[in-house]
Amino acid sequence: MEHRTYQSVNQPVRKKDAMQLLLGKPVYLDDITPGNALVVKIMRSPHANAIVKEINSSIAKKVPGVEAIYTWEDVPQTRFAIAGQTYPEPSPYDRLILDRHVRFVGDAVAIVAAETEKAALKAMSLIRVTYDVLEPILDFRKAKDNPIVVHPEEDWFPPCPVGGDNHRNLVASEEDSDGDVDAVLEDCDLVLEHTYHTKAFSQTMMETFRTYTEFDRYGRLHVISSTQIVFHCRRILSRALGIPKSQIRVEKPRIGGGFGAKQTAVCEVYPAFVTLKTGRPAKLIYTREESQIAGSPRHEMEIRIRLGANRDGTIRALDFYTLSNSGAYGEHGPTTVGLSGHKAIPLYTGGLEAYRFCYDVVYTNLQAAGAYRGYGATQGIFALESMVNELAEKLGIDPTVIRDKNMVREGMQMPAYYHEMANACALDRCMEHCRKMFSWEEKYPVRDMGNGKVRTAGVAMAMQGSCISHVDVGSATIKLSEDGTYNLLIGAADMGTGCDTILAQMAAECMECSVDDIAVFGADTDASPYDSGSYASSTTYITGKAVEKACEELKQKICSIAAEMLGCAEEEMAFEGKHVRRAGTGQTVSLGDIAYKSQVFNTKAAEATASHSSPISPPPYMVGMVEIELDKKTGLVTVLDYMAVVDCGIPINPALARIQAEGGIVQGIGHTLMEDVRYNDRGRPIGSSFLQYKIPTRLDMGNLRVEFEHSYEPTGPFGAKSIGEIVINTPAPALAHAIYRAIGVWHRELPITPEKIAMSLAEHADK
Amino acid sequence: MEIKITVNGKTITDHIDADLLLIDFLRAHGCYSVKRGCETSNCGLCTVLMDGKPILSCSLLAARGAGHRIQTLEGLQQEAADFVGFIADQGADQCGFCNPGFVMNTIALLRENPDPTDDEIRAYLAGNLCRCSGYEGQLRGIRAYLNSRKREGKL
Repeated sequence: MEHRTYQSVNQPVRKKDAMQLLLGKPVYLDDITPGNALVVKIMRSPHANAIVKEINSSIAKKVPGVEAIYTWEDVPQTRFAIAGQTYPEPSPYDRLILDRHVRFVGDAVAIVAAETEKAALKAMSLIRVTYDVLEPILDFRKAKDNPIVVHPEEDWFPPCPVGGDNHRNLVASEEDSDGDVDAVLEDCDLVLEHTYHTKAFSQTMMETFRTYTEFDRYGRLHVISSTQIVFHCRRILSRALGIPKSQIRVEKPRIGGGFGAKQTAVCEVYPAFVTLKTGRPAKLIYTREESQIAGSPRHEMEIRIRLGANRDGTIRALDFYTLSNSGAYGEHGPTTVGLSGHKAIPLYTGGLEAYRFCYDVVYTNLQAAGAYRGYGATQGIFALESMVNELAEKLGIDPTVIRDKNMVREGMQMPAYYHEMANACALDRCMEHCRKMFSWEEKYPVRDMGNGKVRTAGVAMAMQGSCISHVDVGSATIKLSEDGTYNLLIGAADMGTGCDTILAQMAAECMECSVDDIAVFGADTDASPYDSGSYASSTTYITGKAVEKACEELKQKICSIAAEMLGCAEEEMAFEGKHVRRAGTGQTVSLGDIAYKSQVFNTKAAEATASHSSPISPPPYMVGMVEIELDKKTGLVTVLDYMAVVDCGIPINPALARIQAEGGIVQGIGHTLMEDVRYNDRGRPIGSSFLQYKIPTRLDMGNLRVEFEHSYEPTGPFGAKSIGEIVINTPAPALAHAIYRAIGVWHRELPITPEKIAMSLAEHADK
Repeated sequence: MEIKITVNGKTITDHIDADLLLIDFLRAHGCYSVKRGCETSNCGLCTVLMDGKPILSCSLLAARGAGHRIQTLEGLQQEAADFVGFIADQGADQCGFCNPGFVMNTIALLRENPDPTDDEIRAYLAGNLCRCSGYEGQLRGIRAYLNSRKREGKL
């Protein structure tokens, strides 16, 4: 491992926007866009599967203040995908702005634009729609080859071959394997087989989906959106609206959270269409209810695992089948599912002789799923880590020891992870560190606290990736200013994570200046260099490397300008932060002078743009341990302590990395113990507000403690890997484990609510 | 209807619809720090002070605020600046959308109880949701502020 002391990198620098945010300055979409824009509202289907027979909006249009009402007859007939992915997207083109065939309760039926919200809502209540109501397919286990077809249309189009077939309700389907799984399973001392079920969970970022659109001073469509994907958004709008990309500009202000939700262009097309048709500024702000029922939650998955092991605890074979529920549209369906195997199985590379991973992704008449932090790995890791805990408990081996025996270690090649090498892997040290910090030996035994309450602990490991290998592109532009400070332009989207700051830290490290001397701007399709966007745990690793490269290029250019000023060869000049020095003579030229020179009678730009992409996606690793108190009378689980040790390579900003970890853990606790996107038997959503869809408060998460074990990723900027997503993966299996320890029953379906625990205890007692 | 209401020390007279919520009145008068995170009084993002007490501005008709003294974060910049830097040092601001409500409620807490325990902090701020930070960093920030006050002999 490389040990270096840095000035700016690996320091807990404050976020560049911290004081703006903490003092409540107007920085978000609805604070900075004009209040006189048309208010856009979406009329939504009350049926899970129906054809719009007739829409009568003649009375609605008479409501004072109503500007326009659009229905399926008014919109372009080109299908598109709203998933924020690089072209050609794995997600099928299965959407229209408004479709005559509505496919879930909440699907868009009409767009209303009015001067005020009141007028828009009044008009919406007066639109009369006659539906031809069809039987929906709501159970994802029955969707494949069901006679009810969610997407019967002939113009359904998959830009990538991912094994989908709309006539079979299949979004995607694949098989992958290494070695002879059946033969190895046959040879194992024992084979466990279980099925795990994870539900849809909502990101519930505090700022709901929202977009503002207008024609700019060049007459182009100017889109300000709370999005993680400005460039993909421009491409999506171009296709959906049928206008050239040169006629669209997409920018993001500060974003009130994303977690993947805003990696889908959930609401952008509607106000954009209104502006295009009316020529007027338009704004759409989703209510919390809309965000809950027509957003982009996590894919529900059912994962069947067969695990083959020897009596000594050696895990030899893993056989996975994942069924994923994409809902009514296919956004991110073909890709999330892949992570359920490829970012779980490699954790056990240690003694693994063979694996098989098959999956189907199906359409149903429920809200479309999307990208959510963890992106399928969360589901797969819940299943596999639970399975390994079951194995350990069955064999009577300490579950941390069984992991020591089987885990992936530095230098191993991971067949299930596209045969990539574990170049930087401190998972073994994470386990050792966490065991000590948590006092595993003391907390793991079941302790009766009296009064029906027991305390015990659970454990889980996790991995993720750092970017989509061979796909993601990050870019950075860095420019020298007259006073020797810099502007850093990026296309990555800081959604609260602090990427603007960590990228500035890297630039400051390269340019040997203070982080305060780097002004960051992002993201705007007109001004930023191309970046695929902030998702897939890619920004630190990919855009960070682009920053490093751009800085190297700029340093060269600065040296070259200075050489010209001194009338010597560029090779004689050395960049030293505040100035450039000529070796030999010791003469220096200040950055300020170089910057001024660059602006007068000059042919060399004092700026550089660089792009980066990676053929590999180095996984971060993590161990999480939880101590709970379980009340056997009520089934209530109280989280006492959650401790985790993370290997994200070299953390660029340890404070921000720690907050990422803590935030991810609490989201994971929510998914495990309370959150659940639910529907009734007609497909109507039940938990559409925070009254029913409960996310953790600060009373629900116990004490958190996160520490780091460093590894050095040779391909990352300053040895860094990713941090953003992995952190959500350990709570579900660790908590399910602790709950088993407490009550002797494995809960293989999330969430594990007090009701389910109490019921399972009653059933257990009956047996 | 016409109401008279004091916002951050300035008396505003305005004609409003009877069903206008205080949050929308405040935003319409430039108090953009007041955020809406839900429609069900669950998230705490819209917390402001009415006559010095924290309330949810999404759950109060603007008309009900008539004759009262409303303070938003715009009006309490200095009091907030005293401690929010400690939260910034933890990186716990994150996306920031919940920050104004959380900061307003923390102001109310510290006025009521200048030296709270960790559990008192958690209990007082329980109604302020945050999806990013996992709450622990916010707590560390407030604790660091209280410790610095103690060091300075101000507590």
